[in-house]
Amino acid sequence: MTCEGRVWKFGDDINTDLIISGRYLDNYDESHLASHAMEGISTEFAKRVKEGDIIIAGRNFGCGSSREQAVVSLKGCGVQAIIAVSFARIFYRNAVNLGMQVYESTDAYEAFNDGDKASLDTSEGCLRASSGATEASLKEVPPHLKAIVDSGGLMPYTKFKLGIR
Amino acid sequence: MTGKTVAEKILGRAAGDIDSKAGDVIEVFPDVVMSHENTFLVNKAFEELDLEKPWAPEKIVVVLDHRSPANTVQTANAHARIREIVRRMGIGRFYDVGEGICHQLLVEKKLVTPGQLVLGADSHTTTAGAVGAFGAGIGATEMAVVWATGKTWLRVPETIKVTITGHLEKAVFPKDIALYLASKIGSSGANYKCIEFGGIFLFDISISGRMVLCNMAAEMGAKAAIVPADSTFGAWSPECPSKDSSLCTPDSDASYCKAIEIAAEDIPPIVSGPGSVELGGSVEDFAAIEIDQAFIGTCTNGRLEDLIAASWVLKGNKVVEGTRLLVAPASKTVLTDALSMGVIQTIQEAGGTILPPGCGPCLGAHEGVLAPGETCISSGNRNFKGRMGSEDASIYLASPATVAASAIKGRIEDPRRWLKVDL
Repeated sequence: MTCEGRVWKFGDDINTDLIISGRYLDNYDESHLASHAMEGISTEFAKRVKEGDIIIAGRNFGCGSSREQAVVSLKGCGVQAIIAVSFARIFYRNAVNLGMQVYESTDAYEAFNDGDKASLDTSEGCLRASSGATEASLKEVPPHLKAIVDSGGLMPYTKFKLGIR
Repeated sequence: MTGKTVAEKILGRAAGDIDSKAGDVIEVFPDVVMSHENTFLVNKAFEELDLEKPWAPEKIVVVLDHRSPANTVQTANAHARIREIVRRMGIGRFYDVGEGICHQLLVEKKLVTPGQLVLGADSHTTTAGAVGAFGAGIGATEMAVVWATGKTWLRVPETIKVTITGHLEKAVFPKDIALYLASKIGSSGANYKCIEFGGIFLFDISISGRMVLCNMAAEMGAKAAIVPADSTFGAWSPECPSKDSSLCTPDSDASYCKAIEIAAEDIPPIVSGPGSVELGGSVEDFAAIEIDQAFIGTCTNGRLEDLIAASWVLKGNKVVEGTRLLVAPASKTVLTDALSMGVIQTIQEAGGTILPPGCGPCLGAHEGVLAPGETCISSGNRNFKGRMGSEDASIYLASPATVAASAIKGRIEDPRRWLKVDL
């Protein structure tokens, strides 16, 4: 599957408070959370991000809290994938469990710039610049996690396993 | 066959007595699962699974601590819904507003015992390692599936051995050791790993001090942190270490991915910030920084010995005009004990404000959020930009003694000038 989107590039240690502040967590509505996504680091992001856009970040993306609203807020504003040099473990787990595409890639962080247009090729495991000039390989997602993401997240995955329609 | 770390032993046991080693992805059956206000989200996902009750309500702990008492109508509604859920599902281990912080209650009420696997819908679940349990954080959706099935998968982590030798100098605390370690290995220095503490220093510190070390491991990315079984466990609970104490003792030939040594006597009071736990250094390097708010509390440092340390600094002194000192005991029991010891009176007389037991302003939801341009020194665990309110506020982390000394001066202050006695 390939899908083009704008690259939003961020640095190291983008923590869960920057992604979605604790003061917004008493309202669980996805569109409310999406409207405040990344507010701690960019006031422009939530206003301008579009369906299919891609986040590329440095090391330790999503460090801090276990709040899965961090993933919900990014999903809610249409982010199709997050590619980072590395992820904090609970964020990574939450992303998989909520069906968000997450890939580790130092290549992508080095090769792409904010505002680039790129396509994610999940079957080839790479990110391609729409200009055709750049391509970065993505680290393979372990099979037991890929199965969850491909099901759309842990809920659909579990429903299928439990035979719930 | 090489020996096993505590993480390998506990997770192998929790997977049904299998031989597990670092790197294995295994299915585990937690002994205790815990969630707080996010129980609302857990239940929302659980309802989609068409089950009447969780797999084992007696293994579930629910605590209202993060926005407690309720800060908004929405939170009040979530609290009301959670009360209805725990009643209907027969979750007996429910702790309502004012009882305290989830990580504190797990240990204080002995809801967790050595060798157990605890999964909590909170990143600081690592705190349970203070009593030899493997505590790891997960999200609310995953917790819903654990409620339904009683199991999930975990990758058995590699372990970093942190050996702490020697004794602390005056006015230096386990928090200073933790902040020093964080500044040394960084905010992802233990990502996906377990930190196993060792060394003679551990005999000097209580369960409370051990909770500080294990709690702060989360700020280094750790999946879990463990203090192995020793005689302090026996004092904490006569039943511990149990016959299973070998579970929380590493084999002498266990394999570690990294070894770090810290000499306790070399560590001064540490301050860390703003913005990252990596920005730690001696309190002297921060001496010119003026503060608006000083906060003592949280799952890191809101326990009795923390309040006592603060009261010894504050006794006979006053919080300087223009600075606010907020103190949130980690639990109702801590508050009761501190009251009976006169610790609360000392803090009040010095000008401090006592908040209800709970998370307080740590997560920026209520009870002392910061205005743009303000600076706070906190005994908590996170100094992220925007964590306690405005994105334009600054947060520094320190021990309760350093926070108390700073409140007296209105700027970051060396506690060694104020704490002349051994605690």
